[in-house]
Amino acid sequence: MRLIGFLLLVAGWILVLAAVVLLGASPARAAFVLAGIGVEALGLALVFRSHLVLRGSRD
Amino acid sequence: MTPLAPPALSEAGSVLCIVCILLVPLAGAGISLINTGLGRSRSAAHAMLAALCLMALAAVVYCVCGFAWQGYLGRPAHVILVGGKAWSWTAAEPLFLRRLDLDGSPASLAACFGMLSVGLAALIPLGAGADRWRLGAACASTALLAGWTYPLFAHWVWGGGWLAQLGANYGLGHGFVDAGGSSSIQAVGGLTALAIAWILGARRGKYGPDGAPAAIPGHNAVLILFGCLLAWVGWLGLNSAGAILFAGAESGRAVSIAVNTTLSAAAAALAAAVITRVRFGKPDASLTANGWVGGLAASSAACAFVAPAAALMIGIVAGAAVPFAVEAFEFWLAVDDPGGAVSVHAVGGLWGVLALGLFARFPGRLPNVVAEPSGGPGGDSGQWLAQLVGVATLLGFVLPLTYALNWLLNRIYPQRVAVDGEREGMDLYELGAGAYPEFATHTDEFMPR
Repeated sequence: MRLIGFLLLVAGWILVLAAVVLLGASPARAAFVLAGIGVEALGLALVFRSHLVLRGSRD
Repeated sequence: MTPLAPPALSEAGSVLCIVCILLVPLAGAGISLINTGLGRSRSAAHAMLAALCLMALAAVVYCVCGFAWQGYLGRPAHVILVGGKAWSWTAAEPLFLRRLDLDGSPASLAACFGMLSVGLAALIPLGAGADRWRLGAACASTALLAGWTYPLFAHWVWGGGWLAQLGANYGLGHGFVDAGGSSSIQAVGGLTALAIAWILGARRGKYGPDGAPAAIPGHNAVLILFGCLLAWVGWLGLNSAGAILFAGAESGRAVSIAVNTTLSAAAAALAAAVITRVRFGKPDASLTANGWVGGLAASSAACAFVAPAAALMIGIVAGAAVPFAVEAFEFWLAVDDPGGAVSVHAVGGLWGVLALGLFARFPGRLPNVVAEPSGGPGGDSGQWLAQLVGVATLLGFVLPLTYALNWLLNRIYPQRVAVDGEREGMDLYELGAGAYPEFATHTDEFMPR
């Protein structure tokens, strides 16, 4: 889960970069940047969740 | 690639910049005292010694190779072409500051600023790893931060890198702007602190079998609050020097930078004090101190480009966010961060970066863009999007990178102290002597029996 979370973080960043490079000054660019940050938020949530699970298994 | 021009500094501007840079170590001293005060008494000497070692090591590593990656506006850089646009990924300076005349030129001032501010970034994870982070491992982790993570991101923001060029290349306002280091110092340090807190795990006795956290209060509120005052002075220098060197602020603007920095910190501390007073019946000293530093961290990005009222707003939001973030990390997310480093520096820094996109009004063209921003001279349309790209880079690149580097380091050289070390305290276990030898100031009340 932790690895997937970090991969999602990187994927979200790449999505943001792709939106900036490929889409001109259009509303779609802002939408894709926000979508990329949404993917990052999902990845961050997964990493936090994996940390909680790891702590639970230690206990 | 069109060479990016450094700001032209008058003699008075150079002198002011040098004075401001020389104040920066006070910010490090303040953060060191805060980290020490928020830790246990049995680890106090270790915390201060670690702070000294980390600042020393960060300065050395930065001069050996950090500046070679960071560079400065108008200096050699490695560039790749992406969609026909030049992206500067890293500087191409030689190691050991060679080919850099330390003569008061903007590039030499930037190198001096970087050498001192990277120590501040290195101190931030120390707060998250308090009471359990081995000195040797902290030094190794700092070498990675000062030699790679910090300079790389600082090049992107301050060295004419691709983030700074978002305005010129893609019409996103003035590109990513961060005058005083909300991102490159505070958020980079704060996200490294999060990675360290994850890798080290919680202190023994912090979480009970039911998962409920135990309160382990800081051992010296006086150190914490005095640290806040020192940090304030250091931040005035940090923000002023950063704005002059990296955002082209004239030296006269140092007045508004000082006013904005102070207002942001003051509003943040008052907001944190009021919130803790309302929630707990009495204002909480450590959370108020954390609010103060959170306001300072948030003030850095936009200090040169906002009105005082906006600086107040930035501070209020930062000060309100910090206590809730501390609680969220401790109670819901099980991140044991004794110094509140993640809440203060990562959350505060990220908010500062976003706040610039919301509140900043630019007087003209900044030195790190090669063309007028969209919206004409002084126009700033798309600035918020550039700031969002910076935040996405911090979360999507810096956090995974710093976690991976520290995870690998942990495999080679375990970062967490042995169980005995935690029980005895870091002072006795790693240094052989305590900070307060005449006082028995600690018990084992938090240790599982």
